[in-house]
Amino acid sequence: MSTTVIEVSDVAKRFTLRHNRSLKELAVAAFRGRPTGDTFLALDGVSFDVADGESVALLGFNGSGKSTLLKLISGVLKPDVGAIRTRGRVAGLIEVGAGFHPDLTGRENVYLNGAILGMSEQQIAARFDEIVAFSEIERFIDTEVKFYSSGMFLRLAFAVAVHSDPEVFLIDEILAVGDEPFQRKCIDRIKQLKGEGRTLVIVSHDLDMVARLCERGILLEKGKMVADGTATDLVSRMRGEHE
Amino acid sequence: MSAAAGLPLTTPGQGRGLLDVLDRRYLLRLIVRKELRVRYRGSVLGMAWTYVKPAIQFGVYFLALGVFLGQREAVPDYAVYLFSGIIVMNFFGEGFGNATRSILWNAPLVNKIYLPRELFPVASLWVSAVHFFPQFLVLLVAAVVAGWRPTPAELAAGVVGFVIVALLALGLGLLFGAVNVFYRDAENFVDLIVMVATWGSPVLYTWNLVHAALPEWLWRIYQANPLTAAVELFHYAFWYGGTGRPQSLPAGGAPLPPDLWTWAGIALVVSLVVVTVGQIVFRRLEGRFAQEL
Repeated sequence: MSTTVIEVSDVAKRFTLRHNRSLKELAVAAFRGRPTGDTFLALDGVSFDVADGESVALLGFNGSGKSTLLKLISGVLKPDVGAIRTRGRVAGLIEVGAGFHPDLTGRENVYLNGAILGMSEQQIAARFDEIVAFSEIERFIDTEVKFYSSGMFLRLAFAVAVHSDPEVFLIDEILAVGDEPFQRKCIDRIKQLKGEGRTLVIVSHDLDMVARLCERGILLEKGKMVADGTATDLVSRMRGEHE
Repeated sequence: MSAAAGLPLTTPGQGRGLLDVLDRRYLLRLIVRKELRVRYRGSVLGMAWTYVKPAIQFGVYFLALGVFLGQREAVPDYAVYLFSGIIVMNFFGEGFGNATRSILWNAPLVNKIYLPRELFPVASLWVSAVHFFPQFLVLLVAAVVAGWRPTPAELAAGVVGFVIVALLALGLGLLFGAVNVFYRDAENFVDLIVMVATWGSPVLYTWNLVHAALPEWLWRIYQANPLTAAVELFHYAFWYGGTGRPQSLPAGGAPLPPDLWTWAGIALVVSLVVVTVGQIVFRRLEGRFAQEL
């Protein structure tokens, strides 16, 4: 039995859809005893453990709470109920390029984003050439990012992310990056990371791809965990239920 | 098998607040550099704007209060007196205001990647310190021209004054920055506070006028304002030495309030309390930043 790197115990997350917040509306709500907003339960009673080196697909249709769960694991959100614990550095590739600034050059953005993802100056410097080579934008590395095409931008952002060397990778729907050869390169890189024994948690609507990349799947339905099994089984179950 | 096995299980998103910022100094430096670069993008004057605004401010106040209202006669070296107060207030206003807005400005990062969120207010404060520096150099030149030869105690007063303002701006910035995520009203309050602060401290006038006009207890409250202490420390550090250190002003009354160092100590304590309160409130609210933005 190997070490647990992600421990999710009985987690619930409720979002408040609060729209009315002006003084008048608050006063009206207080006077009439009406709640100031609606809430909805994005996750409810979810528990599972992920062992070191496992690759897990979070499966479910839109609104099932997959992305919320990923944000909870990365620490961006906090659970209302239950607890989440992780071991080692967790890098959320929740949205590539979130830390990029259009007015900085590609080079500056590599350093800034590397630091945001928790790398030290030395680590970034040591991997800089590798990152640039991976992104295939050598010629434009000293150009400001606002002049990049969207494909170039995403390639550079993804290159930084996959070279950030965390123990746990959280990947949300980012494999739709660039053209087909680059996508293949990304998937190869993820397979390589998996081969190195890193833990992966992947959210994607590309079911064939996640079934290929992950052994294990966790199926969410309206915020509840309904199944935990092999990714291939769950993907066929989803297809069966859906059609 | 990765290196994870040797590491402890931790709760994600639960940092140590300002202490985490110390661990992420490299990132802090990059954020500061980015802010400085981005602030003046597409502007012809660039960093020179950091001189223009205080210069205009100084010109207006000097003309209206110094010349028209005659403060120039009442206070020796009024120009130096005025400018040393103005740069303290500019540092406070910019640091506090930008720290308050920093979480919203960095919303894309806050709700996608977990970072110690205190980084953003601290970076804003640092940026305003960078802007403070050229103004400070102008003040030094003016002070030297006025015949300023500082004593060690006076220099120490300048440092303590700076620390008081930095702590106060950081504490209030954390407090208002966190509240601002939920209620955008906070940043409007900030503008009001900064405006009132300039007039509510002895920047444009001397402490004597306040002492003469207010009852003793109210004057003590006025003195307990950390900004008042910081401004007086700056006067003591950079203005007093150039005036020949007189016992009284031409119009009568001491140039500096009594018990300057006692008030400085009180101001330091008040600022530290504000930082503590700001940090506590920030951490309370931080868990809900991502879902609110």
